Amino acid sequence: MRKVAIYGKGGIGKSTTTQNTVAGLVELGRNIMVVGCDPKADSTRLLLGGLAQKSVLDTLREEGEDVELEDIRKEGYGGTWCVESGGPEPGVGCAGRGIITSINMLESLGAYEESEELDYAFYDVLGDVVCGGFAMPIRDGKAEEIYIVVSGEMMAMYAANNISKGIVKFAQSGSVRLGGLICNSRAVDNEAEMIENFAEKLGTKMIYFVPRNNDVQRAEINRKTVIEWKPEVSQADAYRGLAKAIDENDNFVVPTPLEIEELEALLMEYGLMEAA
Amino acid sequence: MVTATKKKMVQWDPADIKAELIKKYPPKVARKRAKQIMINEALENETPEITANVRTTPGIITMRGCTYAGCKGVIMGPTRDIVNLVHGPIGCSFYAWLTRRNQTDAGPDGENYINYCFSTDMQEHDIIFGGEKKLAAAVQEIYDLMHPKSIAIFATCPVGLIGDDIHTVAKNMKEKLGDCNVYAFSCEGYKGVSQSAGHHIANNQVFRHIVGENNTPAEGEFKINLLGEYNIGGDGFEIDRIFKKCGITNLATFSGNSTYDQFATAHQADLNAVMCHRSINYVADMLETKFGIPWVKVNFIGANATAKSLRKIAAYFEDQAFIDRVEAVIKEEMPEVDAAVADVRSRTEGKTAMLFVGGSRAHHYQELFKEMGMKTISAGYEFAHRDDYEGRQVLPNLKVDADSRNIEEIEVEADETRFNPRKTPEQLAALEDAGVKFKHYDGLAPDMDEGTLIIDDLNQYEAEKLVEIMKPDIFCAGIKEKFSIMKLGVPMKQLHSYDSGGPYAGFQGAINFYKEIDRLTSSKVWTYLKAPWQESPELTAAYVWE
Repeated sequence: MRKVAIYGKGGIGKSTTTQNTVAGLVELGRNIMVVGCDPKADSTRLLLGGLAQKSVLDTLREEGEDVELEDIRKEGYGGTWCVESGGPEPGVGCAGRGIITSINMLESLGAYEESEELDYAFYDVLGDVVCGGFAMPIRDGKAEEIYIVVSGEMMAMYAANNISKGIVKFAQSGSVRLGGLICNSRAVDNEAEMIENFAEKLGTKMIYFVPRNNDVQRAEINRKTVIEWKPEVSQADAYRGLAKAIDENDNFVVPTPLEIEELEALLMEYGLMEAA
Repeated sequence: MVTATKKKMVQWDPADIKAELIKKYPPKVARKRAKQIMINEALENETPEITANVRTTPGIITMRGCTYAGCKGVIMGPTRDIVNLVHGPIGCSFYAWLTRRNQTDAGPDGENYINYCFSTDMQEHDIIFGGEKKLAAAVQEIYDLMHPKSIAIFATCPVGLIGDDIHTVAKNMKEKLGDCNVYAFSCEGYKGVSQSAGHHIANNQVFRHIVGENNTPAEGEFKINLLGEYNIGGDGFEIDRIFKKCGITNLATFSGNSTYDQFATAHQADLNAVMCHRSINYVADMLETKFGIPWVKVNFIGANATAKSLRKIAAYFEDQAFIDRVEAVIKEEMPEVDAAVADVRSRTEGKTAMLFVGGSRAHHYQELFKEMGMKTISAGYEFAHRDDYEGRQVLPNLKVDADSRNIEEIEVEADETRFNPRKTPEQLAALEDAGVKFKHYDGLAPDMDEGTLIIDDLNQYEAEKLVEIMKPDIFCAGIKEKFSIMKLGVPMKQLHSYDSGGPYAGFQGAINFYKEIDRLTSSKVWTYLKAPWQESPELTAAYVWE
């Protein structure tokens, strides 16, 4: 089983990209579990056709310790298993601790066992790595390959660089590696070239360039992945391409994060600073 | 016969002992510790500076406690009719429950919650989702069950990490309940350098939420508050007995055997007598600024110190009949004390003691040892600040660091209606001239002999080293140090909880202490003790199946 975590700046499109890619992998015949690690619990909406999942933490709270695997995972598009970690409402408690609890719960209930015959476990993780709890999926070998969703916007690249620093830290003590950058295009100037260059500096590759297309939003309004909503549109092919790229990827590295000056120079080189 | 102790004193120079104590440390730690170990100079000279109230270097097994211990355990623990509710995992409450031997007397109302243990018992899901609702429910439950006058909420470490707004919960519950004062303490254990920060947090809230709440005129001719007395082993009972005999009305003890109403009426006293300077001097200052009550430093540990303190209080009130009455009490109490001293002194004279405890006790108890003819060869505090060592004159020069800034200082102004200076500036000046010093504390250093070692924040390693080198006849500290010192063959007396003894304050307390120390230092039991490997270094053993 490949254990994959998707990180990236908040709002970059991690959940959307993850679910659409998972749909692509389903077409390739893969068995997948998606674990949403965001207190908003919206990481499996497109696969389930709505916010239909009761989160692990809510279940724990209501059922006490007596929880079955079937209480916390739900079958979604193409037989994917969908799990939402959940968490407190904004401003109270500790969401990071919640993620740690949920993943431990999944493990102890045997969600990752051989008998489940999973090909992939996907972790969709909130925003930047903000505390120990959100780093949980890349600790202790929970996730082994990381993909960072990024765009040509400055703050997205800053975030990607920061996440790489987190990966370096945990790579030294564990098996986690960077699998590559996924460019979720914001249609900025020279975007693909810049991200390719950025990836190279990080010691990895831009494994796919997802073009900007309003069909993604249309599919979201219909609570579906693009592939499920309109399998024939070009964007569906884009996600199929990304799924294939991940499926065939064998380039896993310990990244070499950039110094801030270096990152700024990169942005300058590709003319972003002037454009902004 | 030359005793072993005397030989040691000749062999070792204090500078050598200091060098020996820090020899094993890495250079940076040694530099830091060197500043916390002061060789006391001659009394006439200026005392050299000691570093105090700084963080303990990680890895050192310190004698200190945490901020929560200082707030919940020390200051609020002894109040009998306030329910102390700990917001946190159960262990924080359970292991802080009934550990200080604060005695109390349930009084005519019978309200006494000291023997209860209250906790919100936070579980993992409270950490994740926040514990505010559970806290509010716990307050409600306490109110329904007990109907106390007041409920105090204490934050533990996880509460600070997840950011539960305990003050808003307290405020809302106070409004909801109507006849129960609810307030909270942000006394997370990790805050500050030692328990001293916890004392400060506790006292600030007591001052803000309770003091001045009761304006029903208090009875009594000579009304005082006793600040910084915690009624360990019944000390407060003995002091109150003497007060009563002298005709002194003690409105409020902060906080031994105290009640909510005592704090609430404290602003009506005419004098504040400060016992433990460290834990409460700022409350005395605030009471003076807000209500016009002057304060003097007192010490009721030691019979002579007790007499001196009583005379100071009597002199302040400038009433001859009162002064005469106090003198008569002293005269009546002292013969029994003198007889006890005369009895023990033949055995205790010339013996040596070490005291590492508290923020005042290491100073106060030297009085008792002095009365027994014993010499304190080394002493220090766990959580004191520089002014407790060197005197209040260093206050303007104290460095304010990030740790002290972390603890709130309340800005106090004169109360619009209730501020009433008890003495005019001229009266205060005249009293000062007559020897009643206000807002005055010289600290521990001037009372110790030249060449003695004053050590701040002593730790396990240095304590053992010090005992090995100087072989005192008795070592005084707390429970954490007790058994390691006894294993070195030296009697050990706990001066936090008094083991199972006390009271040691006042006249009767002094007698108790003489007898206890005589018993401990005259017994040879610990010197007879040998570990098995000291007797036969080679041990043989066989497997059970052989």
